Amino acid sequence: MAQLDSKVPSGPLADKWRKHKTEIKLVNPANKRKYEVIVVGAGLAGSSAAATLAELGYKVKNFVFHDSPRRAHSIAAQGGINAAKNYQNDGDSVYRLFYDTIKGGDYRSREANVHRLAEVSVNIIDQCVAQGVPFAREYGGLLANRSFGGAQVSRTFYARGQTGQQLLLGAYSALSRMIGAGAIELHTHSEMLDLVIVDGQAKGIIVRDLITGEITRHAADAVVLATGGYGNVFNLSTYARGSNVTAIWRAYKRGACMANPCYTQIHPTCIPVTGDYQSKLTLMSESLRNDGRIWVPKRKEDRLKPPASIPEADRDYYLERIYPSFGNLCPRDVASRAAKRVCDEGRGVGETGLGVYLDFAEAIGRLGEAGVRERYGNLFDIYHEITAESAYQQPMRIYPAVHYTMGGLWVDYNLMSNVPGLFVLGEANFSDHGANRLGASALMQGLADGYFVIPYTIGDYLAGQKPGSRPSVDAPEFKAAEENIRGATSRLLGIRGKEPVSHFHKRLGKIMWEHCGMARTRAGLEEALKMIPALREEFWANVNVPGSAATLNQALEQAGRVGDFLEFGELLCLDALRREESCGGHFREEYQYPDGECKRDDTNFGHVAAWEYQGPGRAPLRNIEPLNYEFVKMSVRNYK
Amino acid sequence: MVAETTAKTLNVTLRVWRQAGPDAPGKFVDYAARNLSSNMSFLEMLDVVNDELTMKGEEPIAFAHDCREGICGTCSCTINGKPHGPGHGIATCQTYMRSFQDGDTIVVEPFRARAFPLVKDLVVDRSAFDRIIQAGGFITARTGSAPDANAIPVPKTDADLAMDAAACIGCGACVAACKNASAMLFVSAKVSQLGLLPQGQPERDQRVLAMVGTMDALGFGNCTNQYECSAACPKAISHDFIARMNRDYLKASVRAAFKPVSASASGGAG
Repeated sequence: MAQLDSKVPSGPLADKWRKHKTEIKLVNPANKRKYEVIVVGAGLAGSSAAATLAELGYKVKNFVFHDSPRRAHSIAAQGGINAAKNYQNDGDSVYRLFYDTIKGGDYRSREANVHRLAEVSVNIIDQCVAQGVPFAREYGGLLANRSFGGAQVSRTFYARGQTGQQLLLGAYSALSRMIGAGAIELHTHSEMLDLVIVDGQAKGIIVRDLITGEITRHAADAVVLATGGYGNVFNLSTYARGSNVTAIWRAYKRGACMANPCYTQIHPTCIPVTGDYQSKLTLMSESLRNDGRIWVPKRKEDRLKPPASIPEADRDYYLERIYPSFGNLCPRDVASRAAKRVCDEGRGVGETGLGVYLDFAEAIGRLGEAGVRERYGNLFDIYHEITAESAYQQPMRIYPAVHYTMGGLWVDYNLMSNVPGLFVLGEANFSDHGANRLGASALMQGLADGYFVIPYTIGDYLAGQKPGSRPSVDAPEFKAAEENIRGATSRLLGIRGKEPVSHFHKRLGKIMWEHCGMARTRAGLEEALKMIPALREEFWANVNVPGSAATLNQALEQAGRVGDFLEFGELLCLDALRREESCGGHFREEYQYPDGECKRDDTNFGHVAAWEYQGPGRAPLRNIEPLNYEFVKMSVRNYK
Repeated sequence: MVAETTAKTLNVTLRVWRQAGPDAPGKFVDYAARNLSSNMSFLEMLDVVNDELTMKGEEPIAFAHDCREGICGTCSCTINGKPHGPGHGIATCQTYMRSFQDGDTIVVEPFRARAFPLVKDLVVDRSAFDRIIQAGGFITARTGSAPDANAIPVPKTDADLAMDAAACIGCGACVAACKNASAMLFVSAKVSQLGLLPQGQPERDQRVLAMVGTMDALGFGNCTNQYECSAACPKAISHDFIARMNRDYLKASVRAAFKPVSASASGGAG
């Protein structure tokens, strides 16, 4: 059984991080260059970590499967990044950001981690501005803010509707500076396919070059995974097509525990599905809920009528009605379930009945069309490209879609997994968002982990490793891992079945969405747990992966990732089945209040579930890390 | 899942550039794409064609893509002679089949430029862009050393203009559209973003000199003011930034020639 010691420092909440920083071990500057660190991924967490570790003097190797580190999917985050700057003088503070985030996470995250996140949030904004990130500003030249869900202050910093892009390009520029200086060795088109463990510690990875097909071994003193979330297990999601679970799944199969995989964020404002050919769903930023009003007709009979013809009296602005104090800015999980409920009642709009209106008529009346265009112009343009409809003239139609995953590899306060030497940052870990992530918090966490946490905590581990003690890539563990990967690759290419990879991904996505989506039941999950292994068996018997391993072969890349999703999906459903409560992004129909809100069970499930691999064909072990709330009282979330 | 009634069905012929690798000969191959929904994206259409090829035992068409929402800059097709296709201010992935007519023949090629060597089919190597950024496309701001974010106010007009330039997604359409395969729009966007901000001033001269020098060394051509770059740019970045970069470059060159340099500039005080 894995040892899950959270290593949360003792002392008052607000002093923990400061105290920890003064107590953890340091690596002498002259010794830092003797340590090599592998960073996998170059999104916000990966590129900020790689750049900062290189600035400190460590030798860094950065691996990305994209053709450039700038392509990582952090780039697509639209709305903003939270920070407790209190520049608006509206009562914000580190404590409030901490409290909103822990409440937003439905009391399923670790207090100490979340408080640290709120503390360093202010440094992130300073850092990004210094790098030249062009945040929105007021006429006086100071930084502008807007509001996001789950908060009653304006603490979100933004760069039009492209905040993720600008923050990532800032981190990419820092990364590029260190690559140019020779301090980081960048490997593009390089997919991590295995983690190598030597003497119980993470000491390297096996990588496939996606262009030449070459498989190589890389040794290091520590391995940092910043490989993002696993939402594409649902096939249709707002993730990039390439986003995958492979790196963290293969680390799981080498002993790292997978925590709370069932916590999946379904974002309320996405463009609805139109057809079976569809490859992705597009998000309409939560920032739109600052000015857009969400409604459906009061009567089902009106659902296909032109929205403008439905008088005010016949509209149900259901979020404003049910949650008067937060209104349209209630948290994502709450807004998504409310949309599902009104659609289940038959009041959903559009041909499919799976849609609600997000209406800007009132905002256009208040701000003028030009005012709305300045705030959200690019989002309205995206909406128009996809739907051929103008949201200036008629309301947007939106529906929830898979957007983010709160679960991930288990890490302690130092962001180290239960495998010594393996660190996990950003969306790939589980630690800061509990069962639900608030808007504008993902960018904050990715950069907090990379710029301000790992640079301190990795030293604590490395100081215990003798300089120059990392194993050679000729060690038997590397050889065995490489042979394992070569075997899996030839197996996939040898099947030559009848169906393309996409066929299996779509079917898995359908199972996941229908049985483990916005509303989960015991019966549905048990059904999914039968269907997924059967589909997996069919995949390994009947998938067609054409071409060879010695060239760019996108079907082979996809097959490896979908093969992993077919295993991981089962664990996600198992976690959802075993968590017999509703909380945040995990809603079990059996556990709800009469008004449809989540019914948590803090006595029996006030813990992290960290799954431990037990070998092929054997049931994984469910380890528990109790969540000790010392400073905040676990209570029922109330956004009314 | 029911298709929206606004969708029309269309059949098109795809004429696609197929090339097994950088040294292999390439050629156009025709494929029939049938029963497509006009609500499909162009890349979803390629997905469908690729699945059909796979089931016939043929190798699918390699094409670059990832976010499919016009922000990552990965997709890179030239469609009917236009980088990113017929739409203005959008990327290939934001092109929908409703932009085409039933019966059309659609010619699909990779972005072509000497500095973007072909990898396979529609995929090219754009790492030259990364090397230009590595040469100087940054502000040196070591983590942990930043002053308070509101310590230096930035006029809104400058911040807005910097954001216009910063919107570049690094896709390379500007290079593919230019008869000289010039990267001036890409480089000028980064030079202008950082040069407009107070934080970017200390390195302003060395930045523009290093980035332009690297751009030239990597085999990109020069600008002859045709502005095909801006017309093809999925973020509609203005060619005015090229003029701004040229001014910066000239000033920096002159200053570099005459600026006094401290004799002990590289040494520390011990």
